[in-house]
Formats: sequence, C-alpha cells, structure tokens
Amino acid sequence: MKSYFGRRYMLSASHRLHSDVLSAEENRTAYGKCNNPHGHGHNYVVEVLVGGPVDRETGMVVNLIDLDEVVCTRVLDRFDHTNLNLDLLFDHCVPTTENLCRKVFELLKDAMPAGELEYVRVEETENNFFEYYGERAK
Amino acid sequence: MIFLTRRATFSASHFYWNESWTAEKNDQVFGRCANRNGHGHNYTLEVTVAGEPDPVTGFVVDLKWLKDVIEREVLSAYDHRHLNLEAPEFAKLIPTTENIAISAWKRLESAIVAAGGARLTCVRIYETPEIFAEYRGEA
Repeated sequence: MKSYFGRRYMLSASHRLHSDVLSAEENRTAYGKCNNPHGHGHNYVVEVLVGGPVDRETGMVVNLIDLDEVVCTRVLDRFDHTNLNLDLLFDHCVPTTENLCRKVFELLKDAMPAGELEYVRVEETENNFFEYYGERAK
Repeated sequence: MIFLTRRATFSASHFYWNESWTAEKNDQVFGRCANRNGHGHNYTLEVTVAGEPDPVTGFVVDLKWLKDVIEREVLSAYDHRHLNLEAPEFAKLIPTTENIAISAWKRLESAIVAAGGARLTCVRIYETPEIFAEYRGEA
C-alpha cells in the first residue's frame, strides 16, 4: 500500500539575489532588498516527502534515521551556515528559493534509502514557500 | 474542485515491535521506539476532502459534520489511548505514522462515502511538527 513519509529540517544560510545578465539597476528593480550587495539570511525549512510501499516488516516507507543521514550528508552539511551564492551549484544560478528547492530535489532524488522522492518543499519564511515535484507535474 | 482540510489533534502512546524479530533486531531497527513500555505523542490529524461547493450552502461539506465524523471514527478510538493495546488494528500491525495514516483513512472512508458528495483525498498525520505521514488511498 503506497504511503508517504515526510520530514522537516532547518538550515540557516545567506544569499543575495543578483543576476549576471541584468544591469545593476535592473537587478535592484527585480530583487529589491534581496539585491543588497552584502547579502542577507534566512532560517530555511526543508520539507522532504518520500513515497513508497509500507514495508510489511517495519511498517515504514523509509526509516527516518536513514533519511536523516542522507539529507544531512547531501543537503544540510552542504548548505547550513554557508553563503549560498558561493556554492558551485549557484555559480551561474541565482539562489532564489525556487532554485534552492530544485537543487535540493536534484541532490536527493537518487539517494533515497527507500521509496521515491515525491517533493521537496523549502520555506524561506513563514509566509513564503516553494515546492518542486521533479520534472513531472503534481 | 475545492479541497477542504479539517485538522484535529489527539494524544496517544505506542511502541514499535516486530514479533517475528529478535529483541536485538527490534532495537537496531526501531531504536528508542522499541521500548516496550511505550512513549507518546501529540498527534495532529489532517483530513482532506474534495468536491464542488453546494450551490445553496456554498459548502463542500459541513465542517461540523466532518468534525463529528473525525471525532466518532478516529479520535474516540485513538485519543488518550495506547495504540498497540487499545486500537484493534494495531494488535498485529506496528503503529508507525504511516500505518496510523492508513488506518485513520480506513476508519473515515466509509462514513464519508456514505454521506455522498465530497470524496476523501488525503489523510496526513503529524507525529511531531517535524515528522509526518500521509495516505492518499493508493494501492
């Protein structure tokens, strides 16, 4: 029987929204305060949903200890307390939360200890959040 | 199509144990959850139904009715209970968050189908604010 297991993690990071293909003025117009050259930071919540059959022996879609290990190694260790703009993944990619959400999905999609990654949701603040389900539509 | 979600909370105790395994394997796989004295959580249950708003009332379903269904079918069986010992479905089924979501769905489905109108689309159970499971009725 297919079910879904979800887990929420927190990471704190800084970023600056600035596009190389826009002029300084266009960047200020597009990104406003987020274009501040010194950057700013957020406490991001990363929510991971894993779908799959419920294992008959364990009653689990995925063991959360194993999921924590993957998410910590691949995502939290990489991004927590860092400047996202300096990560290679954002070399030519503006670290908006939309793009962070996609990058986190890509980092995790082939590494699930069991089941399949259904979506990654990243909450930038309590009022802004983004979800990515991979290339397929929801 | 409108999706409507009603949230409810219940508090219950449980433990994880597979009778066909050794004590060592249970400890290894389930860790602290294998303590057979049990432990507890404040669970949050989210029940989502989908349908078209009624042209007269504007409701997909009457929220008071849905509240009463959740209370009667789920909370009366789970709230302030030891799930392994008091909810019959967990006599032989480990009350993981995944299995609680599936079992709550089974408890709710017939009452919601019988009422006609909206259909049940998702049951989500939060064990803590950071851990949750959901079931969408898939095989």
